Amino acid sequence: MQKGLAKIFKHANVDFLRSIPQPKSFTDILGRKLFLFLLSLQGIGAFALITLGVMLRKRRVAVKVMHPRIREEIRRSGVALLPMFFLMAMGLGFLVVGQTVAALAKVGAINYLGSTMVIVVVRELGPLLTAMLLLARVGTAHVIELGTARALGEVEVLETLGIDPVHYLIVPRVIGMMAGMFSLAVYLIIGSLLAGYLCAFIQDVPLTPGDYFKELASALTGLDFVMLGLKTVIFGFCIAMVACYHGLAQPLRLEDVSRVAIRAVTQGVVVCVLVDLAFIVIYTLA
Amino acid sequence: MSTPNPTPTLDILMQDVQVGSFRDMHVPVLTGVNWTVTPGDFWVVAGLPGSGKTDLLRLAAGLMPPLAGSYRLFGRETRDYGEAEIAERLKVVLVPEHGQMFSQLTIAENIALPLRYQRNLDAEEAVREILGLLELLDLLPFADASPASLSRDWLKRAALARALVLRPRLLLCDHPLSGLGTRHRQWWLRFLNQLGQGHNYFDRLPMTLVVTAADLAPWQNHGSQFALLRGGQFLPLGTWAGVIQSTDPTVGELLASAPAATS
Repeated sequence: MQKGLAKIFKHANVDFLRSIPQPKSFTDILGRKLFLFLLSLQGIGAFALITLGVMLRKRRVAVKVMHPRIREEIRRSGVALLPMFFLMAMGLGFLVVGQTVAALAKVGAINYLGSTMVIVVVRELGPLLTAMLLLARVGTAHVIELGTARALGEVEVLETLGIDPVHYLIVPRVIGMMAGMFSLAVYLIIGSLLAGYLCAFIQDVPLTPGDYFKELASALTGLDFVMLGLKTVIFGFCIAMVACYHGLAQPLRLEDVSRVAIRAVTQGVVVCVLVDLAFIVIYTLA
Repeated sequence: MSTPNPTPTLDILMQDVQVGSFRDMHVPVLTGVNWTVTPGDFWVVAGLPGSGKTDLLRLAAGLMPPLAGSYRLFGRETRDYGEAEIAERLKVVLVPEHGQMFSQLTIAENIALPLRYQRNLDAEEAVREILGLLELLDLLPFADASPASLSRDWLKRAALARALVLRPRLLLCDHPLSGLGTRHRQWWLRFLNQLGQGHNYFDRLPMTLVVTAADLAPWQNHGSQFALLRGGQFLPLGTWAGVIQSTDPTVGELLASAPAATS
């Protein structure tokens, strides 16, 4: 009692800072934005810890209610997006991979094909593009759904019925987003590499499928697989946290929902880029 | 850490409580609330719109802590409630003013949700359990309907069913009569009376009731205790005789106000 949302409120109430009039100098505005962003990050961090705690403590609570909800979220954040990701994989393959292969062949640098593809597609573009698409397609839906539920008082009703809103509303979304992010990133990478070869083939690049995939396989290391798994799961977790934090963790009115959705998307992009930077550092050190 | 329990029989005991606004919990809406609710009481808390009735009920339901003072629910300080006290916690349920049914679920799924979650039932088991309650509240024809397709009258009744499914000891209803047609108002008044006296469906155990109202007249023959919220204060009025004898101009206003008025 009083330990659910009330605990989260303590980290979320930065509205009083937002209501202070805008400063006049550019550097002050920048400083203020940075300060507010750091406060949001602090709130998101606290919310993430609460969510992780609930995920661990309540993993056996109401499984007959929660498992169907988790399956539904995996469908929504993963399976339902497959057609869109198929199209994206085709686009990425034709626009980036195919042209890169053709260009490398033209300058006689086909030996660099594998490492270039691994760096561009497997390490960077695949996970980041998947994250951006999931943020836009599912993350915004989460903010709007949760924000509306919050504004209409449905979240408080859950609390009064003894249902932990973090467990019932957030945990399935987080698991769904992490599973969806990982699977879709893998599909996007495989699809774009296949489409890339198709594009190169259409352009008469003298490269057999065997050579193409041999180049790719020789450039991939065990670390790439581990990092891809880690990166996608962390991206999924971060996007879910940012979206759910903005939708749930502060008292909202209906008219606030659109503003909060925009803020969540912006912060989601920034957080994903920051996580990506952290992974680049890890790659460099490894 | 739990503290000694000096008043185990009281359902609600507020001592010098300061109630914050639900929108901004640091802004006090009511101060110095001293309120005692004994089992079987039927309280009607009235006030003009914006007087803090809903915030008081939300605090009473344990959705937010008091800004100051002591609030004991069923004899235990609410600050001491945790995960281990969930069974005790579920003895108090709030019925929100607009029903607030979950839009993705049907009416039956909405009503069954607390039961499913608390007792880990699958959907079919839970629906079997709630059939009697659906019948009692005339909700059977709407069991598979979505909340969006129901009128406010029936949504409020479905919200009452969802609250009753857990068989609470203390039922808090926020503006139960607001926006209802005459037939539904009469049904609510009659049904709340039956709950207060002990309904057969609930093993004849009398339920403690607290309702908020923006008009006092309909509650004349129903509430056993009345209170007024005015100027950030909780003012007990006693029984209906106390309401009639009150010289407070707000009481006069609430006795004369239109039935559909809400805060």
